Amino acid sequence: MWTTLANAGWAISAVLLLWMLYDWFRTDSTYSEDVLTSSREGEIEAVSEKHKI
Amino acid sequence: MANTASAASAPQKVSLSRVLGPAHVWALGVGIVLVGEYTGWNFAADKGGTLAALIICWTIGLLYTSVAMIDSEVTSTVAAAGGQYAQAKHIVGPLMAFNVALYLVFAYTMLEVSNAILIADTIKSYAGEGFESWHYEGIIAGVIVTLAALNYRGVLMTLNVNFVITAVAYLAIIVLFFSVQPWSQGTVLRLGEMVTPDNALPYGWIGVIAGFHWGIWYYLGIEGTTQAAEEVRSPARSLPYGTMAGMITLLVGASLTWYVCASLMPWQYLGYTYYPLLDAGKLTGSKTLEYMMFIATILAALASANGCINDAARAWFSLGRDRYLPTWFSAVHPKYRTPYRSILFLVPIALAFAFIANLGQAITFSILSGVLHYTFMSVNIVMFRNKWPLGSIRRGYTHPFHPLPAIVLFILCVVTFFAIFLGYGAQLTAMVVFYIVMSLWFHFYRYRYVRRGEQFTMPWPKPRGY
Repeated sequence: MWTTLANAGWAISAVLLLWMLYDWFRTDSTYSEDVLTSSREGEIEAVSEKHKI
Repeated sequence: MANTASAASAPQKVSLSRVLGPAHVWALGVGIVLVGEYTGWNFAADKGGTLAALIICWTIGLLYTSVAMIDSEVTSTVAAAGGQYAQAKHIVGPLMAFNVALYLVFAYTMLEVSNAILIADTIKSYAGEGFESWHYEGIIAGVIVTLAALNYRGVLMTLNVNFVITAVAYLAIIVLFFSVQPWSQGTVLRLGEMVTPDNALPYGWIGVIAGFHWGIWYYLGIEGTTQAAEEVRSPARSLPYGTMAGMITLLVGASLTWYVCASLMPWQYLGYTYYPLLDAGKLTGSKTLEYMMFIATILAALASANGCINDAARAWFSLGRDRYLPTWFSAVHPKYRTPYRSILFLVPIALAFAFIANLGQAITFSILSGVLHYTFMSVNIVMFRNKWPLGSIRRGYTHPFHPLPAIVLFILCVVTFFAIFLGYGAQLTAMVVFYIVMSLWFHFYRYRYVRRGEQFTMPWPKPRGY
Protein backbone atom coordinates (compact mmCIF):
# COMPACT_ATOMS: atom_id res chain seq x y z
CA MET A 1 0.00 0.00 0.00
CA TRP A 2 2.76 2.47 0.94
CA THR A 3 4.73 1.87 -2.24
CA THR A 4 1.55 2.48 -4.27
CA LEU A 5 0.99 5.69 -2.33
CA ALA A 6 4.58 6.75 -3.01
CA ASN A 7 4.20 6.05 -6.73
CA ALA A 8 0.98 8.03 -6.66
CA GLY A 9 2.98 10.83 -5.01
CA TRP A 10 5.20 11.10 -8.08
CA ALA A 11 2.22 10.96 -10.45
CA ILE A 12 0.18 13.53 -8.53
CA SER A 13 3.12 15.90 -8.19
CA ALA A 14 3.84 15.65 -11.92
CA VAL A 15 0.20 16.39 -12.81
CA LEU A 16 -0.11 19.29 -10.35
CA LEU A 17 3.23 20.76 -11.39
CA LEU A 18 2.19 20.66 -15.04
CA TRP A 19 -1.16 22.26 -14.15
CA MET A 20 0.56 25.08 -12.24
CA LEU A 21 3.04 25.68 -15.05
CA TYR A 22 0.22 25.71 -17.62
CA ASP A 23 -1.87 28.09 -15.52
CA TRP A 24 1.15 30.31 -14.93
CA PHE A 25 1.82 30.51 -18.68
CA ARG A 26 -1.86 31.16 -19.45
CA THR A 27 -2.14 33.86 -16.78
CA ASP A 28 1.04 35.62 -17.84
CA SER A 29 -0.02 35.63 -21.47
CA THR A 30 -3.59 36.84 -20.71
CA TYR A 31 -2.84 39.76 -18.39
CA SER A 32 -0.33 42.54 -18.67
CA GLU A 33 2.61 42.72 -16.29
CA ASP A 34 1.31 46.04 -14.94
CA VAL A 35 -1.95 44.41 -13.84
CA LEU A 36 -0.29 41.34 -12.35
CA THR A 37 2.15 43.41 -10.30
CA SER A 38 -0.33 46.14 -9.35
CA SER A 39 -0.69 45.07 -5.69
CA ARG A 40 0.55 47.71 -3.25
CA GLU A 41 1.25 47.45 0.45
CA GLY A 42 -0.90 49.51 2.80
CA GLU A 43 -3.80 50.28 0.48
CA ILE A 44 -6.46 49.31 3.02
CA GLU A 45 -4.77 51.25 5.79
CA ALA A 46 -4.72 54.35 3.62
CA VAL A 47 -8.50 54.13 3.34
CA SER A 48 -9.58 52.91 6.77
CA GLU A 49 -7.00 54.14 9.29
CA LYS A 50 -6.76 57.87 9.81
CA HIS A 51 -4.70 57.76 13.00
CA LYS A 52 -6.52 60.66 14.58
CA ILE A 53 -6.73 59.77 18.26
CA MET B 1 -18.07 41.26 -29.09
CA ALA B 2 -16.82 38.58 -26.74
CA ASN B 3 -13.37 40.14 -26.84
CA THR B 4 -14.79 43.56 -26.01
CA ALA B 5 -16.70 42.18 -23.07
CA SER B 6 -13.65 40.30 -21.92
CA ALA B 7 -11.48 43.41 -22.12
CA ALA B 8 -14.07 45.46 -20.27
CA SER B 9 -14.34 42.92 -17.45
CA ALA B 10 -10.59 42.41 -17.14
CA PRO B 11 -9.28 43.70 -13.80
CA GLN B 12 -7.14 46.82 -13.85
CA LYS B 13 -5.65 46.05 -10.48
CA VAL B 14 -5.27 42.87 -8.43
CA SER B 15 -4.37 42.38 -4.81
CA LEU B 16 -4.42 39.63 -2.19
CA SER B 17 -7.89 38.63 -1.09
CA ARG B 18 -9.21 39.71 2.34
CA VAL B 19 -11.18 36.61 3.28
CA LEU B 20 -9.67 35.28 6.52
CA GLY B 21 -10.90 35.42 10.11
CA PRO B 22 -9.40 34.68 13.55
CA ALA B 23 -9.89 30.92 13.12
CA HIS B 24 -7.72 30.96 10.01
CA VAL B 25 -5.05 32.92 11.86
CA TRP B 26 -5.16 30.28 14.62
CA ALA B 27 -4.96 27.51 12.00
CA LEU B 28 -1.96 29.14 10.37
CA GLY B 29 -0.02 29.66 13.62
CA VAL B 30 -0.88 26.44 15.44
CA GLY B 31 -0.74 24.49 12.17
CA ILE B 32 2.87 25.50 11.59
CA VAL B 33 3.89 24.77 15.18
CA LEU B 34 1.98 21.67 16.27
CA VAL B 35 4.35 19.28 14.52
CA GLY B 36 6.88 20.38 17.15
CA GLU B 37 4.93 18.42 19.77
CA TYR B 38 5.08 15.33 17.55
CA THR B 39 8.83 15.54 17.03
CA GLY B 40 11.76 17.81 17.85
CA TRP B 41 11.08 19.04 21.39
CA ASN B 42 12.12 15.70 22.84
CA PHE B 43 15.74 16.12 21.72
CA ALA B 44 15.95 18.61 24.61
CA ALA B 45 15.72 15.53 26.88
CA ASP B 46 18.84 14.15 25.20
CA LYS B 47 20.72 17.34 26.09
CA GLY B 48 19.51 17.73 29.65
CA GLY B 49 17.11 14.99 30.76
CA THR B 50 13.34 14.80 31.03
CA LEU B 51 12.98 17.47 33.70
CA ALA B 52 15.10 19.82 31.58
CA ALA B 53 12.58 19.33 28.75
CA LEU B 54 9.80 20.53 31.07
CA ILE B 55 11.78 23.52 32.39
CA ILE B 56 12.57 24.46 28.80
CA CYS B 57 8.94 23.94 27.75
CA TRP B 58 7.82 26.65 30.15
CA THR B 59 10.86 28.93 29.80
CA ILE B 60 10.69 28.86 26.02
CA GLY B 61 6.94 29.28 26.47
CA LEU B 62 7.78 32.57 28.13
CA LEU B 63 9.95 33.52 25.13
CA TYR B 64 7.13 32.78 22.72
CA THR B 65 4.48 34.46 24.85
CA SER B 66 6.66 37.58 24.60
CA VAL B 67 6.94 37.03 20.84
CA ALA B 68 3.16 36.64 20.50
CA MET B 69 2.39 39.74 22.58
CA ILE B 70 4.95 41.93 20.83
CA ASP B 71 3.97 40.62 17.42
CA SER B 72 0.27 41.17 18.08
CA GLU B 73 0.82 44.81 18.96
CA VAL B 74 3.04 45.68 16.02
CA THR B 75 1.17 43.62 13.43
CA SER B 76 -2.22 44.96 14.45
CA THR B 77 -0.73 48.29 13.38
CA VAL B 78 1.44 47.27 10.40
CA ALA B 79 -1.05 45.00 8.64
CA ALA B 80 0.84 43.91 5.54
CA ALA B 81 1.93 40.68 3.89
CA GLY B 82 5.49 39.98 4.87
CA GLY B 83 4.62 40.41 8.55
CA GLN B 84 7.80 41.18 10.46
CA TYR B 85 9.48 42.26 7.22
CA ALA B 86 6.99 45.12 6.85
CA GLN B 87 7.41 45.92 10.54
CA ALA B 88 11.21 46.09 10.24
CA LYS B 89 11.00 48.26 7.13
CA HIS B 90 8.91 50.91 8.84
CA ILE B 91 10.46 50.78 12.30
CA VAL B 92 14.17 49.94 11.87
CA GLY B 93 15.05 50.39 8.19
CA PRO B 94 15.49 48.68 4.82
CA LEU B 95 18.64 46.64 5.59
CA MET B 96 17.05 45.14 8.70
CA ALA B 97 13.88 44.46 6.71
CA PHE B 98 15.81 42.65 3.99
CA ASN B 99 17.50 40.45 6.60
CA VAL B 100 14.23 39.75 8.41
CA ALA B 101 12.60 38.66 5.15
CA LEU B 102 15.50 36.29 4.52
CA TYR B 103 15.14 34.88 8.06
CA LEU B 104 11.45 34.31 7.36
CA VAL B 105 11.94 32.65 4.00
CA PHE B 106 14.71 30.38 5.34
CA ALA B 107 12.90 29.52 8.57
CA TYR B 108 9.69 28.56 6.77
CA THR B 109 11.24 26.86 3.76
CA MET B 110 13.52 24.75 5.96
CA LEU B 111 10.59 23.93 8.20
CA GLU B 112 8.57 22.87 5.16
CA VAL B 113 11.49 20.67 4.08
CA SER B 114 11.72 19.17 7.61
CA ASN B 115 8.01 18.35 7.54
CA ALA B 116 8.19 16.64 4.16
CA ILE B 117 11.17 14.57 5.36
CA LEU B 118 9.33 13.73 8.58
CA ILE B 119 6.27 12.47 6.69
CA ALA B 120 8.47 10.31 4.44
CA ASP B 121 10.41 8.98 7.47
CA THR B 122 7.18 8.17 9.35
CA ILE B 123 5.71 6.28 6.41
CA LYS B 124 9.03 4.50 5.79
CA SER B 125 9.09 3.28 9.39
CA TYR B 126 5.76 1.52 8.78
CA ALA B 127 6.27 0.51 5.14
CA GLY B 128 8.72 -2.31 5.71
CA GLU B 129 10.78 -3.91 2.93
CA GLY B 130 10.41 -2.83 -0.67
CA PHE B 131 10.15 0.84 0.23
CA GLU B 132 13.14 2.18 -1.73
CA SER B 133 14.56 5.69 -2.04
CA TRP B 134 12.35 6.20 -5.12
CA HIS B 135 9.28 5.73 -2.92
CA TYR B 136 10.72 7.87 -0.13
CA GLU B 137 11.31 10.72 -2.56
CA GLY B 138 7.89 10.19 -4.10
CA ILE B 139 6.29 10.94 -0.73
CA ILE B 140 8.41 14.10 -0.35
CA ALA B 141 7.60 15.30 -3.87
CA GLY B 142 3.91 14.51 -3.41
CA VAL B 143 3.73 16.48 -0.16
CA ILE B 144 5.59 19.57 -1.36
CA VAL B 145 3.96 19.87 -4.78
CA THR B 146 0.41 19.04 -3.63
CA LEU B 147 0.54 21.62 -0.85
CA ALA B 148 2.10 24.18 -3.19
CA ALA B 149 -0.81 23.61 -5.61
CA LEU B 150 -3.28 24.07 -2.75
CA ASN B 151 -1.59 27.35 -1.83
CA TYR B 152 -1.53 28.38 -5.49
CA ARG B 153 -5.29 27.78 -5.73
CA GLY B 154 -6.27 30.17 -2.93
CA VAL B 155 -5.61 31.18 0.66
CA LEU B 156 -9.14 30.48 1.98
CA MET B 157 -9.15 26.82 0.98
CA THR B 158 -5.54 26.45 2.13
CA LEU B 159 -6.29 27.65 5.64
CA ASN B 160 -9.66 25.87 5.83
CA VAL B 161 -7.77 22.64 5.21
CA ASN B 162 -5.18 23.69 7.76
CA PHE B 163 -7.86 24.37 10.34
CA VAL B 164 -9.36 20.88 9.99
CA ILE B 165 -6.12 18.89 10.00
CA THR B 166 -4.60 20.99 12.80
CA ALA B 167 -7.70 20.50 14.94
CA VAL B 168 -7.63 16.72 14.34
CA ALA B 169 -3.91 16.52 15.20
CA TYR B 170 -4.48 18.56 18.37
CA LEU B 171 -7.50 16.50 19.41
CA ALA B 172 -5.36 13.37 19.04
CA ILE B 173 -3.08 14.71 21.81
CA ILE B 174 -6.11 15.36 24.03
CA VAL B 175 -7.54 11.89 23.34
CA LEU B 176 -4.18 10.26 24.07
CA PHE B 177 -3.90 12.24 27.31
CA PHE B 178 -7.28 11.10 28.62
CA SER B 179 -6.82 7.54 27.35
CA VAL B 180 -3.82 6.98 29.61
CA GLN B 181 -5.82 7.97 32.71
CA PRO B 182 -3.64 10.88 33.85
CA TRP B 183 -5.58 11.09 37.12
CA SER B 184 -4.28 7.66 38.11
CA GLN B 185 -0.49 7.41 38.09
CA GLY B 186 0.59 3.76 38.04
CA THR B 187 -2.26 2.49 35.87
CA VAL B 188 -0.59 3.34 32.57
CA LEU B 189 1.69 6.26 33.37
CA ARG B 190 4.77 5.89 35.58
CA LEU B 191 6.24 9.34 35.97
CA GLY B 192 7.76 8.53 39.38
CA GLU B 193 9.72 5.63 37.90
CA MET B 194 10.77 7.43 34.73
CA VAL B 195 11.88 10.69 36.36
CA THR B 196 13.78 10.23 39.61
CA PRO B 197 15.97 12.65 41.58
CA ASP B 198 19.00 10.83 40.14
CA ASN B 199 18.10 11.14 36.46
CA ALA B 200 15.94 14.28 36.39
CA LEU B 201 18.86 16.51 35.34
CA PRO B 202 21.65 14.09 34.34
CA TYR B 203 23.97 16.87 33.08
CA GLY B 204 22.98 19.53 35.61
CA TRP B 205 21.99 23.06 34.63
CA ILE B 206 24.34 23.26 31.64
CA GLY B 207 22.21 20.45 30.18
CA VAL B 208 19.13 22.61 30.64
CA ILE B 209 20.77 25.48 28.77
CA ALA B 210 21.99 23.14 26.00
CA GLY B 211 18.43 21.89 25.60
CA PHE B 212 17.15 25.37 24.71
CA HIS B 213 18.16 24.68 21.12
CA TRP B 214 15.53 21.97 20.76
CA GLY B 215 13.05 23.57 23.15
CA ILE B 216 12.42 26.16 20.43
CA TRP B 217 10.68 23.38 18.56
CA TYR B 218 7.77 23.40 21.04
CA TYR B 219 6.52 26.68 19.55
CA LEU B 220 8.62 27.53 16.45
CA GLY B 221 6.50 29.34 13.89
CA ILE B 222 3.65 30.85 15.94
CA GLU B 223 4.82 34.26 14.76
CA GLY B 224 3.87 33.13 11.24
CA THR B 225 0.33 34.34 11.89
CA THR B 226 1.44 37.83 10.88
CA GLN B 227 2.00 36.77 7.28
CA ALA B 228 -1.78 36.65 6.91
CA ALA B 229 -2.08 40.32 7.86
CA GLU B 230 -3.02 41.50 4.39
CA GLU B 231 -5.57 38.73 3.88
CA VAL B 232 -7.59 38.93 7.10
CA ARG B 233 -10.83 40.89 7.10
CA SER B 234 -9.98 42.75 10.31
CA PRO B 235 -6.25 42.71 11.09
CA ALA B 236 -6.58 44.73 14.30
CA ARG B 237 -8.99 42.12 15.72
CA SER B 238 -8.13 38.83 14.06
CA LEU B 239 -4.36 38.86 14.43
CA PRO B 240 -4.15 39.39 18.21
CA TYR B 241 -7.06 36.97 18.83
CA GLY B 242 -5.71 34.28 16.55
CA THR B 243 -2.12 34.59 17.75
CA MET B 244 -2.85 34.68 21.48
CA ALA B 245 -5.41 31.85 21.21
CA GLY B 246 -2.79 29.89 19.28
CA MET B 247 -0.20 30.46 21.99
CA ILE B 248 -2.59 29.31 24.72
CA THR B 249 -3.43 26.20 22.67
CA LEU B 250 0.25 25.39 22.27
CA LEU B 251 1.16 25.93 25.93
CA VAL B 252 -1.55 23.45 26.93
CA GLY B 253 -0.59 21.01 24.15
CA ALA B 254 3.13 21.16 25.02
CA SER B 255 2.51 20.52 28.72
CA LEU B 256 0.18 17.55 28.02
CA THR B 257 2.68 16.14 25.53
CA TRP B 258 5.54 16.33 28.02
CA TYR B 259 3.46 14.74 30.79
CA VAL B 260 2.37 11.76 28.70
CA CYS B 261 5.76 11.12 27.08
CA ALA B 262 7.78 11.67 30.27
CA SER B 263 5.53 9.19 32.07
CA LEU B 264 5.93 6.46 29.46
CA MET B 265 9.59 6.40 28.41
CA PRO B 266 12.99 6.92 30.06
CA TRP B 267 14.91 10.07 29.19
CA GLN B 268 17.55 8.19 27.19
CA TYR B 269 14.88 6.93 24.79
CA LEU B 270 12.80 10.11 24.87
CA GLY B 271 15.85 12.11 23.76
CA TYR B 272 16.61 9.65 20.98
CA THR B 273 13.31 8.87 19.26
CA TYR B 274 12.00 10.86 16.32
CA TYR B 275 8.39 10.10 17.26
CA PRO B 276 7.70 10.73 20.97
CA LEU B 277 3.91 10.93 20.67
CA LEU B 278 3.66 8.05 18.23
CA ASP B 279 5.83 5.96 20.55
CA ALA B 280 3.66 7.01 23.50
CA GLY B 281 0.67 5.69 21.56
CA LYS B 282 2.52 2.40 20.96
CA LEU B 283 3.57 2.10 24.62
CA THR B 284 -0.04 2.22 25.78
CA GLY B 285 -0.45 -1.17 24.08
CA SER B 286 -3.52 0.03 22.20
CA LYS B 287 -3.39 -0.41 18.41
CA THR B 288 -6.15 2.18 18.04
CA LEU B 289 -4.09 4.80 19.88
CA GLU B 290 -0.97 3.86 17.93
CA TYR B 291 -2.68 4.27 14.54
CA MET B 292 -4.38 7.44 15.72
CA MET B 293 -0.98 8.95 16.63
CA PHE B 294 0.52 7.72 13.36
CA ILE B 295 -2.15 9.54 11.37
CA ALA B 296 -1.94 12.59 13.64
CA THR B 297 1.85 12.79 13.15
CA ILE B 298 1.37 12.93 9.41
CA LEU B 299 -1.49 15.45 9.67
CA ALA B 300 0.54 17.72 11.96
CA ALA B 301 3.47 17.67 9.53
CA LEU B 302 1.13 18.36 6.59
CA ALA B 303 -0.44 21.33 8.39
CA SER B 304 2.97 22.72 9.20
CA ALA B 305 4.30 22.37 5.66
CA ASN B 306 1.10 23.92 4.30
CA GLY B 307 1.41 26.98 6.56
CA CYS B 308 5.11 27.31 5.81
CA ILE B 309 4.50 27.45 2.04
CA ASN B 310 1.92 30.17 2.67
CA ASP B 311 4.28 32.23 4.83
CA ALA B 312 7.50 31.84 2.85
CA ALA B 313 5.69 32.85 -0.34
CA ARG B 314 4.21 35.99 1.31
CA ALA B 315 7.64 37.10 2.57
CA TRP B 316 9.21 36.53 -0.86
CA PHE B 317 6.30 38.31 -2.55
CA SER B 318 6.72 41.33 -0.26
CA LEU B 319 10.40 41.61 -1.13
CA GLY B 320 9.45 41.73 -4.81
CA ARG B 321 6.74 44.33 -4.23
CA ASP B 322 9.26 46.73 -2.69
CA ARG B 323 11.85 45.96 -5.37
CA TYR B 324 14.20 44.42 -2.83
CA LEU B 325 14.02 41.54 -5.31
CA PRO B 326 12.85 41.76 -8.96
CA THR B 327 9.24 43.01 -9.11
CA TRP B 328 8.42 39.90 -11.15
CA PHE B 329 7.94 38.10 -7.82
CA SER B 330 5.23 40.51 -6.72
CA ALA B 331 2.64 39.22 -9.20
CA VAL B 332 -0.78 38.30 -7.80
CA HIS B 333 -2.93 35.75 -9.59
CA PRO B 334 -5.99 37.63 -10.94
CA LYS B 335 -8.33 34.70 -10.32
CA TYR B 336 -6.95 32.97 -7.22
CA ARG B 337 -5.53 36.17 -5.64
CA THR B 338 -2.34 34.45 -4.46
CA PRO B 339 1.35 35.34 -4.96
CA TYR B 340 1.58 32.53 -7.50
CA ARG B 341 5.05 33.22 -8.89
CA SER B 342 6.59 33.28 -5.42
CA ILE B 343 4.82 30.03 -4.52
CA LEU B 344 6.09 28.36 -7.69
CA PHE B 345 9.61 29.77 -7.37
CA LEU B 346 10.07 28.25 -3.92
CA VAL B 347 8.89 24.74 -4.95
CA PRO B 348 12.15 23.58 -6.63
CA ILE B 349 14.19 25.10 -3.79
CA ALA B 350 12.22 23.13 -1.20
CA LEU B 351 12.46 19.96 -3.28
CA ALA B 352 16.23 20.35 -3.71
CA PHE B 353 16.81 20.78 0.04
CA ALA B 354 14.41 17.93 0.86
CA PHE B 355 16.29 15.54 -1.43
CA ILE B 356 19.81 16.43 -0.24
CA ALA B 357 19.48 17.58 3.40
CA ASN B 358 18.81 15.45 6.46
CA LEU B 359 16.20 16.25 9.11
CA GLY B 360 18.70 17.51 11.72
CA GLN B 361 20.34 20.00 9.32
CA ALA B 362 17.03 21.32 8.00
CA ILE B 363 15.63 21.79 11.52
CA THR B 364 18.80 23.56 12.70
CA PHE B 365 18.77 26.05 9.80
CA SER B 366 15.11 26.73 10.55
CA ILE B 367 15.76 27.25 14.27
CA LEU B 368 18.75 29.53 13.62
CA SER B 369 16.77 31.78 11.31
CA GLY B 370 13.92 31.81 13.81
CA VAL B 371 16.09 32.89 16.75
CA LEU B 372 17.76 35.64 14.69
CA HIS B 373 14.28 36.82 13.90
CA TYR B 374 13.14 36.84 17.57
CA THR B 375 16.22 38.81 18.57
CA PHE B 376 15.22 41.45 16.05
CA MET B 377 11.70 41.54 17.52
CA SER B 378 12.94 42.46 21.00
CA VAL B 379 14.77 45.49 19.59
CA ASN B 380 11.96 46.31 17.19
CA ILE B 381 9.28 46.75 19.86
CA VAL B 382 11.46 49.11 21.91
CA MET B 383 12.08 51.25 18.82
CA PHE B 384 8.39 51.11 17.92
CA ARG B 385 7.27 52.34 21.34
CA ASN B 386 9.95 55.07 21.34
CA LYS B 387 9.17 56.37 17.86
CA TRP B 388 5.39 56.06 18.07
CA PRO B 389 4.42 56.15 21.78
CA LEU B 390 0.99 54.98 22.96
CA GLY B 391 -1.65 57.42 21.81
CA SER B 392 0.23 58.60 18.72
CA ILE B 393 -1.17 55.91 16.37
CA ARG B 394 -4.06 53.47 16.49
CA ARG B 395 -3.13 50.05 17.84
CA GLY B 396 -5.39 46.98 17.58
CA TYR B 397 -3.72 45.56 20.68
CA THR B 398 -1.36 47.00 23.29
CA HIS B 399 0.82 44.47 25.08
CA PRO B 400 1.24 44.88 28.86
CA PHE B 401 4.35 45.31 31.04
CA HIS B 402 6.49 46.95 28.34
CA PRO B 403 9.55 46.73 28.24
CA LEU B 404 9.63 43.53 30.36
CA PRO B 405 8.58 41.15 27.52
CA ALA B 406 11.23 42.69 25.24
CA ILE B 407 13.94 42.24 27.90
CA VAL B 408 12.86 38.64 28.62
CA LEU B 409 12.79 37.88 24.92
CA PHE B 410 16.27 39.32 24.34
CA ILE B 411 17.83 37.45 27.28
CA LEU B 412 16.25 34.13 26.27
CA CYS B 413 17.43 34.62 22.67
CA VAL B 414 21.00 35.14 23.90
CA VAL B 415 20.78 31.93 25.98
CA THR B 416 19.40 30.06 22.97
CA PHE B 417 22.23 31.31 20.73
CA PHE B 418 24.68 29.97 23.33
CA ALA B 419 22.84 26.63 23.32
CA ILE B 420 22.98 26.45 19.52
CA PHE B 421 26.68 27.33 19.62
CA LEU B 422 27.28 24.39 21.98
CA GLY B 423 25.73 21.91 19.58
CA TYR B 424 25.90 23.45 16.12
CA GLY B 425 28.61 26.15 16.29
CA ALA B 426 29.76 25.61 12.69
CA GLN B 427 26.23 25.97 11.28
CA LEU B 428 25.63 29.07 13.41
CA THR B 429 28.81 30.69 12.09
CA ALA B 430 28.04 29.70 8.49
CA MET B 431 24.52 31.10 8.75
CA VAL B 432 25.69 34.42 10.20
CA VAL B 433 28.35 34.73 7.45
CA PHE B 434 25.63 34.03 4.87
CA TYR B 435 23.45 36.85 6.23
CA ILE B 436 26.43 39.25 6.30
CA VAL B 437 27.24 38.47 2.65
CA MET B 438 23.59 38.94 1.66
CA SER B 439 23.48 42.25 3.57
CA LEU B 440 26.54 43.50 1.67
CA TRP B 441 24.94 42.47 -1.62
CA PHE B 442 21.75 44.32 -0.71
CA HIS B 443 23.52 47.47 0.51
CA PHE B 444 26.03 47.85 -2.32
CA TYR B 445 24.05 46.44 -5.25
CA ARG B 446 20.36 45.77 -4.86
CA TYR B 447 19.21 48.85 -2.94
CA ARG B 448 19.84 51.10 -5.97
CA TYR B 449 16.74 49.56 -7.58
CA VAL B 450 14.46 50.34 -4.64
CA ARG B 451 12.11 53.32 -4.93
CA ARG B 452 12.94 54.72 -1.55
CA GLY B 453 9.90 56.87 -0.92
CA GLU B 454 7.39 54.27 -2.07
CA GLN B 455 8.44 51.52 0.32
CA PHE B 456 7.06 53.27 3.43
CA THR B 457 3.34 52.81 3.08
CA MET B 458 1.80 53.26 6.55
CA PRO B 459 -0.10 56.54 6.92
CA TRP B 460 1.52 57.32 10.25
CA PRO B 461 2.63 60.64 11.68
CA LYS B 462 6.34 61.37 11.73
CA PRO B 463 8.15 59.37 14.42
CA ARG B 464 9.02 61.19 17.61
CA GLY B 465 12.36 62.95 17.33
CA TYR B 466 12.31 63.28 13.51
